[in-house]
Amino acid sequence: MKRAPTHSYPGINLGEHHASAHKATEVVTFGFWVFLMSDLVYFGLMFAIYITMIDAQAGGPGPHELFDLKSVFAQTLILLTSSLTVGLAMLALKYNLPRGRIVLWFGVTLVLGLSFLVLEVRDFMAMAEKGGIPQRSGFLSAFFGLVPMHGLHVATGCLWLIVLGIQLRVKGMTDVVISRVVRLALFWHFLDLIWIGIITIVYFGGLTYG
Amino acid sequence: MTPTKTGFFGRLNWDAFPIAGLIQNPNTNEIVANTAAAVVIFGVVVVVGLLSWFRLWTPLWRDWLTSVDHKKIGIMYIVFAIVMLARGVLEGVVMRAQQASGPGDGFLEAEHFAELFSTHGTIMVFFVAVPFVFGVANYIVPLMIGARDVAFPRLNQISLGLTVSAGMMLMVSLVVGEFSTGGWTAYPPYTGAAFNPGVGPDYWIWAIVVSGIGTSLTGINFAVTIYKLRAPGMTFMRLPMYCWTIICSSILIVFAMPPLGVAALMLAADRYLDFHFFTNDLGGNMMNYANLFWLFGHPEVYLLVLPAYGIYSEVFATFSAKRLYGYNSLVIATMSIAVLSFTVWLHHFFTMGQSALINAVFGIATMLIAIPTGVKVYDWMATLWRGRIRFSVPMLYGLSFLILFAIGGLSGVILANPTVDYQVHNTLFLVAHFHNALLPGVLFGLLAAYNYWFPKAFGFRLNEFWGRVSVFCWTGGFLLTFMPLYFVGLLGMPRRSFSYSDPSFHPFMIVAIIGAIVITCGLFSVLIQLWVSIRDRAQTRVPVGDPWDGRTLEWSIPSPPPAYNFAIIPKVTDRDEFTAQKAKGTAYPTPDAYEDIELPRNTGIGFVLCVLSGIWMFALVWWIWWLAAIMTVLMILAVIIWTFDDSTELTIPAEEVRRDYEAWLALVHSEAAVDRDFETSPENRGLARPDLEVAT
Repeated sequence: MKRAPTHSYPGINLGEHHASAHKATEVVTFGFWVFLMSDLVYFGLMFAIYITMIDAQAGGPGPHELFDLKSVFAQTLILLTSSLTVGLAMLALKYNLPRGRIVLWFGVTLVLGLSFLVLEVRDFMAMAEKGGIPQRSGFLSAFFGLVPMHGLHVATGCLWLIVLGIQLRVKGMTDVVISRVVRLALFWHFLDLIWIGIITIVYFGGLTYG
Repeated sequence: MTPTKTGFFGRLNWDAFPIAGLIQNPNTNEIVANTAAAVVIFGVVVVVGLLSWFRLWTPLWRDWLTSVDHKKIGIMYIVFAIVMLARGVLEGVVMRAQQASGPGDGFLEAEHFAELFSTHGTIMVFFVAVPFVFGVANYIVPLMIGARDVAFPRLNQISLGLTVSAGMMLMVSLVVGEFSTGGWTAYPPYTGAAFNPGVGPDYWIWAIVVSGIGTSLTGINFAVTIYKLRAPGMTFMRLPMYCWTIICSSILIVFAMPPLGVAALMLAADRYLDFHFFTNDLGGNMMNYANLFWLFGHPEVYLLVLPAYGIYSEVFATFSAKRLYGYNSLVIATMSIAVLSFTVWLHHFFTMGQSALINAVFGIATMLIAIPTGVKVYDWMATLWRGRIRFSVPMLYGLSFLILFAIGGLSGVILANPTVDYQVHNTLFLVAHFHNALLPGVLFGLLAAYNYWFPKAFGFRLNEFWGRVSVFCWTGGFLLTFMPLYFVGLLGMPRRSFSYSDPSFHPFMIVAIIGAIVITCGLFSVLIQLWVSIRDRAQTRVPVGDPWDGRTLEWSIPSPPPAYNFAIIPKVTDRDEFTAQKAKGTAYPTPDAYEDIELPRNTGIGFVLCVLSGIWMFALVWWIWWLAAIMTVLMILAVIIWTFDDSTELTIPAEEVRRDYEAWLALVHSEAAVDRDFETSPENRGLARPDLEVAT
């Protein structure tokens, strides 16, 4: 099957004359967009809860005592870079580069994702040392309901990267695997989007209004 | 006892079983609780026994539990919903009996009564209405849009598995421990760990979370199915009205289930991890819960009732032999209701401390919903007008709905006025209102759908006589049960009270229990109808597939349909495509060529996740942490392993399709077409002589 560089769906390279696979991928990708929309509502609500609870500190430690912007900045750089590397994996797919190139970019993304998680967990532990545990106040409950939820999504993404990396090796570039690569890329960009919301609302917003 | 200091079986012990209560303290209350537990156990034993006796385990596994066919999944949803409906109705009867026993404390304890109204509400909304609505949608939507399955057939099976395992938690709560006493809304701080340290609210939380995930996946599935899998030529304005309502319902699910999930998980964090989202101390705020819950809860009402509107639209058009009147306005009205449903949630707590201005805004928004709903009612009446109406069972349900729902809707407009709401909120007036909306609105619609599409699914019609009996029992029982509640509500009788002292309420309660008994007769006549119909199926077979002179594509194929639904995917040119085909004489076409058809292969993933998630919920409720951890890992592993399976498709050769289709065409050409006058007679074999003058 010939793989040509231009296609109806951006980033997918399923070959020129492969209508049924295109259709199938379109349906699944659209479904995944709908899922992401639903997930976005989850996060939107958690943001709303956080905003209503910024003042509910109940005499416990607040944003100024707990937030470490240097670490947040490092996490932001790492996560944004990982979005770039996922994008490079997608370009490798689109321009029909060797399979190894996709696996390589996946590997880099995984390392970045895991480093992000390590930094995030270190932040949480530092907060706990200063008394910033979720049991302390409504504000901290809202923080720990939202930010680790994003972390859990990143962890899920990491697991997905591993599984899909194995499938790329074992199964090769089948239509199904390619369509999964597309969805994983969408998911990963979605995580970045949420993180932009978190630094803006949780960290900057918290420091401004908390 | 705290979550961190528990034994091997968590907090599960002998006292968790209702029989322990009966031994310690034998009274009516304990007898009722033990009877309920015994019925569950007895039911399980009977089902297992029957399956073993008739050696049905293999067919059950092969043809049903592992099936990804949307039609079979739809049927399983409906069977599950009817089982749960039986429990929900009986609970309602017990509650009515408690209040009918007169002023004083009745025969149930307060806790037990609270459990009853909590399970009754939870079951009826999440485990009767939702699975019934999506069972019907599962069966019908792909057939209506000319598709061979839903967009994600395996995901569909997982949705079913999660819904059923969550429903089973409610059954388990009858036998082990107790259910929540916090109502179906489970408001904290009452359901928080400080006031309610027991297992009840935990059963509620996990049943809601897991079934909520199942429902969300269903919503995504149906939105994508209707957006992407319509037959060629079926533009949005040629979509049958029922599919429009399902698409709106799916959109509502995608946006409205997250608030419920968030609220339930935050309540779980409060209870399990000592968070402070909704507690009274350390900055918790229960109003966040009320807002989140009703941000889900109000759209939920419409995601249930819109599909019923769609069903009525199909039924009125078919049994009036007329094109649906005002299709465009119905589409706009449906969409308007879907959008407006997100703007009214606050009317569920007018009395909880907002400013008068905010209450007024939400009150007006609520009243606005009456406008598109009114448009619908007039469109349906105009559809009936000068139609050749047949008073078949679905039509009778529809007519009953038109009248009763108008009353229910108007009582809603009364409640939408915050000043009035201050007087009647938390009384039985409210209970009467929402039952008046949900019974005629949702349940009658679903029963109409059951009678209307049953011949499509099983190849024979349901018994007319018992169908009529059920219509009259449900309608009469509804009126007797809930009309008195409007009156006692206005007299000031609070809802959810297990006892009362004012003797003037008593006569109303007597009428209500009589009504509840009539409703029970309605439930039983549905079951008798099924039994009689199966017994007499030789006289009511409709293999050709069009017993009602139907208008949409599902009637253009055999009854029951083959696994692949359509041997040839139709090309749609009209809104009432099948009626148009019959008018042009192009129905039942002979194609030039047949194609191989790819169908999804059976898989056990839905069943595996059903069992694992069930054990996972049980472990969480009873703080058996090691078991919950194992189940979490197993669920993740099951999904990962499942994604490695490549042989997901099954090919049906063109030759087999041709053979089956031509055999059916031969049958079509050998049958005599029947007039509508003989619709319910044995001559009706499913080939209709269309009533074309009025029909097009």
